[in-house]
Amino acid sequence: MTTDTLPELGSIEPNRFGYRDFQLGKFSFSRDEYFVHIRWPNGTHMLAVDAFLRAIQRDVAWGFFYGIVNFDTVIGTVNHYGTVDLFAGRFNPQYRQAGLDYSENFKTEAISRLFEAILVDWTNATFDPFASPAETGSAFGPKNGSNKEAITRHRVTAKRMIGAPGDEPVRTDDNGFPINRQFKDVPQDAPEVHAEPGFEHEVVSVNLFAYLSRSDVTWNPSVVSVCKNSLYCPTTEEYILPIIHGNDRVEWFVQLCDEIQWEVEDRDTGAVRARVTMKAGDVAAMPADIRHRGFSPKRSMLLVWENASPELPALYASGKMPPAPVQF
Amino acid sequence: MASQPTRFGSLQHFDKGGVEVIKDDPRNYVFSNVFEVASKARPYEKVAVGKNIEYVIEAIRAEGTSGWRVAAQDEFALVMDGEVEVRLVKPDDPSLVPPGSHGSIPVAGDPRGKRMGRVRARRGHMTLLPAGAAYQFHAGHPSVILLQTLAGRDTIERWAEICQTTPRPQA
Repeated sequence: MTTDTLPELGSIEPNRFGYRDFQLGKFSFSRDEYFVHIRWPNGTHMLAVDAFLRAIQRDVAWGFFYGIVNFDTVIGTVNHYGTVDLFAGRFNPQYRQAGLDYSENFKTEAISRLFEAILVDWTNATFDPFASPAETGSAFGPKNGSNKEAITRHRVTAKRMIGAPGDEPVRTDDNGFPINRQFKDVPQDAPEVHAEPGFEHEVVSVNLFAYLSRSDVTWNPSVVSVCKNSLYCPTTEEYILPIIHGNDRVEWFVQLCDEIQWEVEDRDTGAVRARVTMKAGDVAAMPADIRHRGFSPKRSMLLVWENASPELPALYASGKMPPAPVQF
Repeated sequence: MASQPTRFGSLQHFDKGGVEVIKDDPRNYVFSNVFEVASKARPYEKVAVGKNIEYVIEAIRAEGTSGWRVAAQDEFALVMDGEVEVRLVKPDDPSLVPPGSHGSIPVAGDPRGKRMGRVRARRGHMTLLPAGAAYQFHAGHPSVILLQTLAGRDTIERWAEICQTTPRPQA
């Protein structure tokens, strides 16, 4: 059953640490100086507050993404593209075997509003959930201001290509995107574009690597080019992907620079399947039946390539499409 | 934090990672490297390094001047190494590419039409190849393009040759 009434957005009175409590269906959320406490009818769980805020920030920014966003081995969400499951233990074999997993379905708008409200109240002035740990302060301690600027960033979604007339602009110092400290050596040269009169809107080229060097977020795929349902969603990565992504379709990675190591597990059981190390120029598929988490020792550029066709989840779930993209 | 240089790959130098299998088939990850693929390809072969149903990303060794091609949908050429000139022409005959066709098709000879312009793109530069526009590449020295497109008649799939098939990366 889908819960479609908009939830109360937090308790009226804050707790003794200055934070409000939240409720979504039969899930309750509270936080203290270090931890988030999540409760549901037959269980409880704790996460470190920085990890929790990083995870729900991605859920909010990505519209709950494709498939499963695991916050850790217990809590997460499943996107049904109009509704979202919030679950506890659904993809944890011990919870499943014990019959203790729990899940509720919500209208996307409802859970999104709730997560946004949590981010507003629980993100202190010193913390940016999108930043790498080296670039931000502490998420811990009693309530200390807010950081609305960090948690309400515009998500880049190009209609055709970044830099095309009327589309998402390129990033510059002047529009608030300086070069990131770890990409100071990335060339910022522009392509030489010579458009004949009347064709200025179609002769378009941008320095994508320079664009990415100016990203102020980590682990945040954003659409830069669109070929029907084929989406290039590059992102800059540093430290650890804040969530464990369980696919409902194949996605592909192209490592544009530096290195990321991926831990790959079975999507449903968490059983370890492989470790994939990607260096500049490497291309790898993430099959439709796995989940993965990335580790980037230095800020790196990753091209995430997605197929946004809406019929794919059902095709893979039914077994009509094999989970690996090619057979050879 | 100490600064670390940003490491890009190139035809001249690339380091390849790989798949360490714990309990899986390495072929599930279709693991390859665009510079390795391009180093072994003939100029302007469109070698698929990624495939997602009808969509592909192709590694192209750009060397010399290509033929002209045209597609019914936008394509995007990202230069991964070197320098590539992209030349664009709006064909007089719009029926050159059948509507709804997938991927690009070759154009015999030079297309008749209006010159739209040209782009000189280097590493990291991504260029729009507009739907319906004929395009040609030129590279004075070997370069690498990663092309976002649909699988077409000239897309080459040689997965067994380009992908890791062993449970550990080859040294």
